[in-house]
Amino acid sequence: MSTETVLKKKDFKSDQEVRWCPGCGDYGIINSVQGALADLGATKENTVFVSGIGCSSRFPYYMDTYGFHSIHGRAPAIASGIKAANPDLTVWIVTGDGDGLSIGGNHMAHILRRNLDINILLFNNQIYGLTKGQYSPTSPTGLRTKTSPMGSVDRPFDPIGFALGCNATFVARTIDTHMKHMGGVLKAAAAHKGTSFVEIFQNCVIFNDGCFDETAAKDVRDERTLDLRPGEPLVYGKELDKGVRVDGWDPHIVAAGEAATWDPAGASSAPAFLMSQLDQDPAMPTPIGIFQAVEGPIYEEALEAQIDEAVERKGAGTLESLIWSGETWTVD
Amino acid sequence: MTTTEQTGAELPLEQCDRVVIRFAGDSGDGMQITGNQFTHTSAVFGNDLATLPDFPAEIRAPAGTRAGVSGFQLQFSSRDIHTPGDEPDVLVAMNPAALIVNYKDLRSGGTIIANTGAFTAAELRKASLDTNPLEDGTLAGYRVIQVDINKRVQETLADSPLKSKDIQRCKNFYTLGLMYWLYSRPVETTLNWLDEKFAKRPEVADANKKALQAGYNAGDIQELFQSRYAVPPCGALPAGTYRNIMGNQAVALGLAAGAELAGLKLFLGSYPITPATTILEELAALKNFGVKTFQAEDEIAGICTALGASYAGYLGATTTSGPGLALKTEAMGLAVITELPLVIVNVQRGGPSTGLPTKVEQADLLQSVCGRNSEAPLPVLACATAADSFDCAVEACRIAIEYMTPVILLSDNFIANGSQPWKLPRVDDLPKFPVTFRKDPVDFLPYSRNEKGARPWVIPGTKDLVHRIGGLEKDETGNISITPENHEIMTRIRQDKIIGIRDSIPTPAVDGPESGDLLVLGWGSTKGPINGAVERVQEAGQSVSQMHLRHIWPFPKGLDEIFGRFKAVMIPEMNMGQLTRLLRSEYPQHNFISYPKVQGQPFRATEIATKIKELLEN
Repeated sequence: MSTETVLKKKDFKSDQEVRWCPGCGDYGIINSVQGALADLGATKENTVFVSGIGCSSRFPYYMDTYGFHSIHGRAPAIASGIKAANPDLTVWIVTGDGDGLSIGGNHMAHILRRNLDINILLFNNQIYGLTKGQYSPTSPTGLRTKTSPMGSVDRPFDPIGFALGCNATFVARTIDTHMKHMGGVLKAAAAHKGTSFVEIFQNCVIFNDGCFDETAAKDVRDERTLDLRPGEPLVYGKELDKGVRVDGWDPHIVAAGEAATWDPAGASSAPAFLMSQLDQDPAMPTPIGIFQAVEGPIYEEALEAQIDEAVERKGAGTLESLIWSGETWTVD
Repeated sequence: MTTTEQTGAELPLEQCDRVVIRFAGDSGDGMQITGNQFTHTSAVFGNDLATLPDFPAEIRAPAGTRAGVSGFQLQFSSRDIHTPGDEPDVLVAMNPAALIVNYKDLRSGGTIIANTGAFTAAELRKASLDTNPLEDGTLAGYRVIQVDINKRVQETLADSPLKSKDIQRCKNFYTLGLMYWLYSRPVETTLNWLDEKFAKRPEVADANKKALQAGYNAGDIQELFQSRYAVPPCGALPAGTYRNIMGNQAVALGLAAGAELAGLKLFLGSYPITPATTILEELAALKNFGVKTFQAEDEIAGICTALGASYAGYLGATTTSGPGLALKTEAMGLAVITELPLVIVNVQRGGPSTGLPTKVEQADLLQSVCGRNSEAPLPVLACATAADSFDCAVEACRIAIEYMTPVILLSDNFIANGSQPWKLPRVDDLPKFPVTFRKDPVDFLPYSRNEKGARPWVIPGTKDLVHRIGGLEKDETGNISITPENHEIMTRIRQDKIIGIRDSIPTPAVDGPESGDLLVLGWGSTKGPINGAVERVQEAGQSVSQMHLRHIWPFPKGLDEIFGRFKAVMIPEMNMGQLTRLLRSEYPQHNFISYPKVQGQPFRATEIATKIKELLEN
């Protein structure tokens, strides 16, 4: 393999015309994913992108890898079948807040708990884009859309809290316009053994423009976000002068020097949950980066181990032994 | 009851061709085990047989109630038989509810063996009986043998270390022993089974063995019966090696075999649903064959994981029953448009909705043939008997792989849980349909076609062939195309491919005269009762023929010509006439007469025979 030409970012672009709206956050994401694949030394043939339905789910058509554009919400199930059948493949799922948390919420929950070695990118724009602007399961209560002319009365999901609740082994968040940060998170997700869940704040220029501006816009994001970096202090601000510390159950804003050190690999998910709800206090920054990164048994490895064990115990089955077994008798 | 000792050997031994027994008791009485053991012993003894388990939808309905009655009927015979029998000759009733629910099905003059120990005032109340049917004349016209099985088992196991409650759980083996004596069956098969089953609890094995032996001896030493019966081994079974098999077991083996015959490994994505679950259970135990089973979070994930596995180069399969098939509908459409092989097994039950989950119906035929959005044709096959389910599953795999298509295989609750002797095929005699994955990049187009109309199967991991597939309409290049012309071309290509499958399937044979007044046409599990009925009518000297469909969509070639040789075609179906509708639309020039039954129970041969005679006489 070492003699193979190392692929560049552009090698992962397919020959298909990209048809997202001009200015869509998806462009930044695909660019970052293609860059990450090149940096990771991925091959086209061993990489599979699986998607459901929605704007984000057109992603596989634009990648020069194997791709399966499936049906609404079911990408985690299709991808689980692919990975369980052939663990040698590198499988990515691209989904959105509607596809992944509404119609496909059940599959999302179960892939996360099973912990197949698959990378999930959930583009969260808090709106249904492809059906032209209805509120989604992550839209804030009160959002006025065509199906909620007086404001949505639904309470939203927090994707990070959802993933943590499903016992996900890797949970992270990044921002479509923050290329450097996104590249780092994508590579960490790819390196993680087990299901990696990455929420990406993604702007929909047409139906929900600016929905993350208060935290993710370039001019405010240093002050309004807190990057969770394993082993690093919880500091933020343009000058990295502010920090977060937790006393008892309560987080406080402190001087950088007094900030707590972030450990996403602890035995308890409680700190990650706490971080996922940090910005419920409007004074607090919104955490991005790596919320959780723990080891766990890998589904497809356990499945293959059982097959190996069964073969060892009973011998490899043959057609003959399949049919000619059980209690038999002969009629002459 | 007397205790006069008398040896059974002095009783006359009556020879019978065939006997139908129904074991009935409370859900917790172990009637399914009893029936299965009697079946197994009779199979090994060499009888032909067919079984019909009948259990309630609840795992444990309130004890002693009519709702909680569980039954197991079997027919065993020295001749070739087709059904579990229309009317039992013998009913074993373990409690009042079992008696009252079942006695009317017995043939007139039939024998009832009643466990008097359970006919207490409390038990009668639970069965909603004001008087004791053993005493109030209800059973006039039947021969009633009264045995206090509760008491006999308690006496037999007086020294057992088991608790009194557990001792009473040995009742079914006492009963089984009694029936073994009555029908001159050997006890060894069951004794061995008990040793194996309770290897880790020898005291339970011992107690059940003692109960079995005591039941057997009771026949010998107590004057319960006027005679014993013998049903000699069946001479009509073709020479060969046999094992007893249930339909779901045969489907499981057929799927595993089908994958092997293609040179692939099997992946089953499935969600538990009655009465299909045992296929998943069977395959989960075949890990040493490289079978991967994935118990999914729901029906949709069941089919989607299977489709993903097919995409990755396994033979994907999913198993379900009607309500689950409904949930899989959208994913079936995805399999149709992405043209990947997939086997979908639907073990039909009564509906709509949850319906009759433990009873039989064949009413998912139109759902299977037509039930998807837009033009989404796929082939549909149906198993006729438990043993036939193996061949059908292999055939479903063949079609799925050779034509790159999802296939629906229909079974039903009658054959899924019913059993019969299966003549084991020689591996060399099985069809082989090895897969060649496309690896050559020269002139590769994801939706090019071979002579069968199938597109190439390229699995991820193959160098220089990367491409995308999906649910959006594509052209030959695999790229999205929504032009009007392309959609019509692709729609026709997908349809023609499925219709073309008829080039690879045989025209079904006509049994009986090649032409005449009436052809009885069946599909699925009606085969047994139709066979039985047609034989009876033919034996009575009337002319009638029979034909059975395994391939239902597309219909095999030659049907039009066959139908043309008969004045009428009668179609018994456990639905409101679904095959009849399909045939009327495909072959409008012929005279189809629907004979529907929707009672959650299979046809009786006599019902069909009566209808045939009625049609022949008018």
